[in-house]
Amino acid sequence: MVVKRIERDRAGGYRLRLPREERELLRSIPAQLREVLQTDDPSLRRLFPPAYADDREAEDEFRRLMREELLEGKLAALRVVEETADAQHLTGEQLEAWLGALESLRLYLGTQLDVTEATYEHEPDPSDPSAPALALYGYLSWLQEQAVEALSSSLP
Amino acid sequence: MPVPRRGSRPTRIGCSSHGYSPTDAWRTPGAPTAGQNEGVSQTIEAPVEVRLPEGNQEYEHDRPWVVIVWNDPINLMSYVTFVLRKLFGYSKEEATRMMLQVHNEGKAVVSSGEKEKAEFDVARLHACGLWATLRQD
Repeated sequence: MVVKRIERDRAGGYRLRLPREERELLRSIPAQLREVLQTDDPSLRRLFPPAYADDREAEDEFRRLMREELLEGKLAALRVVEETADAQHLTGEQLEAWLGALESLRLYLGTQLDVTEATYEHEPDPSDPSAPALALYGYLSWLQEQAVEALSSSLP
Repeated sequence: MPVPRRGSRPTRIGCSSHGYSPTDAWRTPGAPTAGQNEGVSQTIEAPVEVRLPEGNQEYEHDRPWVVIVWNDPINLMSYVTFVLRKLFGYSKEEATRMMLQVHNEGKAVVSSGEKEKAEFDVARLHACGLWATLRQD
């Protein structure tokens, strides 16, 4: 039986039960995304979606005002994961940052891998050159699902 | 064009930001309501003053803006439901209904109101990673 990685504790926080290799992974990948965020990699498009689908002028203005703030929020969440990757307990605020960082990582990786609904239905083929990335995407999805489940239990 | 201004918000817009509260209370003038002159008899002795809208401007302002969330293959269903509950305070049932509409029909309206509120909501949804747009209804 797989142990739940994230569980609500009695003190109102969240208990993290992550094996060492998962903690190492979670400590190291935020820096990789942060590096990509300094570029104009097209796989970042889902992290910065348009607000106005068919009004170029309004879209440019919205982007001009909001883009930096949106980027700052994503960077802040990545920092929290790096700083708390070894923690045994997280506050609600920290777990929400984890949720946001997992979201950003999945949006980037999922876009890069061009995932579809069918991607979730089968294990990646080991001979596929993107198998390691797909496995990472699958892991991040699984962990995000647990973070959602834990945080949802705290909603009114 | 009213757009979110940095100075008008107390805190930064994030995935955890709560509901919209306009700091500069700008209100649209109400358009004349339908049926305002009902009951006026055909044989009028005094002229009845009928207020006509001055141009289309008022109607432009009164048409609400809607915020639409679009389906995508990356966001988990449970995550979309969680975000809708968290940001808008929807019940689990209501948020699940909207999420399923996004999933099955490709999109769903998740909030509506004045343009500034709609832009604020879109910014919060973007901060959460959801694919959201706004348009005037």
